[in-house]
Amino acid sequence: MDVFDNLLLGFETALTPVNLLFCLIGVALGTAVGVLPGIGPTATMAMLLPITFGFDPVTSLIMLAGIFYGAQYGGSTTAILINLPGESSAAVTAIDGHAMAKNGLAGKALATAALGSFFAGTVGTLVVALFATPISQVALQFGPAEYFSLVVVGLVASIALASGSTLKALAMIVLGLLLGTVGQDLTSGVPRFTFGQRELFGGLNFVSLAVGLFGVAEILRNLEHGVTRDVVVKKVEKLWLTREDFRRIRMPVLRGTGLGAVLGVLPGAGHVLASFVSYSVEKRASKHPEQFGKGAIEGVAGPESANNAAAQTSFIPLLTLGLPANSIMALLIGALIIQGITPGPNVINDEPALFWGLIVSFWIGNLFLVVLNLPLIGLWVKMLTIPYRWLFPAIIAFATIGTYSLGLNAYFVYSIAFFGILGYVLIKLGCEPAPLLLGFVLGPLLEEYLRRSLTISRGDPTVFLTRPLSAALLALAALALTVAVLPSVRRKREVVFEEEDA
Amino acid sequence: MDLKNARKDLGAGAVFVAFGLAFATTASTYEVGSGLQMGPGYFPLALGGILVLLGVLIAAKAFVSPETGELGPVPWRAAALLVAAILFFGFAVRGLGIVPTLFVSVLLAALAGPKVRVVPALVIATSLTVLSVVIFIYLLQLPLRLLGPWLS
Repeated sequence: MDVFDNLLLGFETALTPVNLLFCLIGVALGTAVGVLPGIGPTATMAMLLPITFGFDPVTSLIMLAGIFYGAQYGGSTTAILINLPGESSAAVTAIDGHAMAKNGLAGKALATAALGSFFAGTVGTLVVALFATPISQVALQFGPAEYFSLVVVGLVASIALASGSTLKALAMIVLGLLLGTVGQDLTSGVPRFTFGQRELFGGLNFVSLAVGLFGVAEILRNLEHGVTRDVVVKKVEKLWLTREDFRRIRMPVLRGTGLGAVLGVLPGAGHVLASFVSYSVEKRASKHPEQFGKGAIEGVAGPESANNAAAQTSFIPLLTLGLPANSIMALLIGALIIQGITPGPNVINDEPALFWGLIVSFWIGNLFLVVLNLPLIGLWVKMLTIPYRWLFPAIIAFATIGTYSLGLNAYFVYSIAFFGILGYVLIKLGCEPAPLLLGFVLGPLLEEYLRRSLTISRGDPTVFLTRPLSAALLALAALALTVAVLPSVRRKREVVFEEEDA
Repeated sequence: MDLKNARKDLGAGAVFVAFGLAFATTASTYEVGSGLQMGPGYFPLALGGILVLLGVLIAAKAFVSPETGELGPVPWRAAALLVAAILFFGFAVRGLGIVPTLFVSVLLAALAGPKVRVVPALVIATSLTVLSVVIFIYLLQLPLRLLGPWLS
């Protein structure tokens, strides 16, 4: 089958009424949480995971993925209108987008963001379609030793590109790996770290962990100061661009798309990085760099295209290798596992309809987003008036019901509280929660591959270094770690990354 | 050096050392085995050791170049109320049923808000309970009882 046939299969899957409906629901919800500060796509997806349990696997993934890239759109809307990026990758958009809004050009800025994002999303989807098959074919040659090293690379690289202290991020990964060992050991059946409680034999629940770390901990952060938002409801007019505007944004959109498509594949916060790099590239390439920061349309077009292209291509490692690049992708892995699908290079062959349907749904979702964001912009602006004192009890309600319904297991609910407090304490102490979630998801895999590799090599641990591909991957991990602790890189990183999306 | 500046690193180090020790000592009570025949204790014991080491390094770094920055206020009351809300839900949902349990939990959560008064909190709790029941029980058909055996 070539790409064309595959895409055709994708359209057949994605265009069924049910899948279209849930794609729309996903991107609409995503836009909503992107607009609302104080609740991020990670927490939303974690809360909705239990609900998607009863869906078809493809429907559930289409909706969850829609929340992710929908949030990228929503984040830029608030960045432009009220200078408050609802999502970290929209922080750059706020600079010139909000300046344009103050000059009375809010409509123009929103249209630029939406059209640039749509173009970038389309290209990003095509890139995923083109590269997915060859990459997963390479990965199919991997033995357990290569997989072990691949998971190590994924874990290490995710912290090299994240913010904060590298040591702490490493410790968070290890803590996540350890938490992943709770429950019955797969090989021997011995229950580990369960305190003799039968309810813990199945392991800690992934949804509880995610909701606690990203939902409850975030609420506590917000309640520290009492969130106050200035609601500046403006009338948004003139939602179209002139021929001159199109000429000005053409190159920035193209460059941003290219940058985003490449950087999005990187683990960690590839889409945040992409929008920052694109902004500085546009500023350098511009004949009028002095306009940047005062409402340059190029400063909106470039970064917006970059972060949306990156949002699409960040699915590549997930779909081809089963390797989550960030906490959102880790949630999608969790969704796959809940649905009984083993993530990895086999998905593309075993579940072609799921794979291509999901990819095509990205493009359809992007189309929905243009419609949702331009004509319906007034609706989202109104949503900003929802007060936080309504929002966070709703998060608690949805999180507890959803988690409980997963297995009608009270321990799943108790662990939300435990991870909420643990997450809050660790965030207070300067540790990012995302590496812990990645470690938790990948922990069982890592142990499994370690065991299998050592069994095959008859207990010889040098197997990871003597197999060339595995050695190369481990060298890559070592390199990423070294780069991350270099002082010059550190300082730049701190400038680039303010805060990972919650 | 100023211990106050190092609080973040020392605290984080202590948390990691504590978790590492707890996992490692428990893991050593399971069969550890060898590289070839890995027992259930092998992987967690190794990771527990690594975590202790990382925790010590983080704490040691506090004496060289601590991560500065204020810890900021801690919303004790909100934290206690949110934990109570979640634990109550887990404890009571089977016995009381979803409606009363959710009402109490959301009420507790709503009271965690800044400068919140009782009447608005009751309004929030009532509306969110109704909304959740409509979404989860009627639309999504979750198999949860509205009222549990403790009430009948």
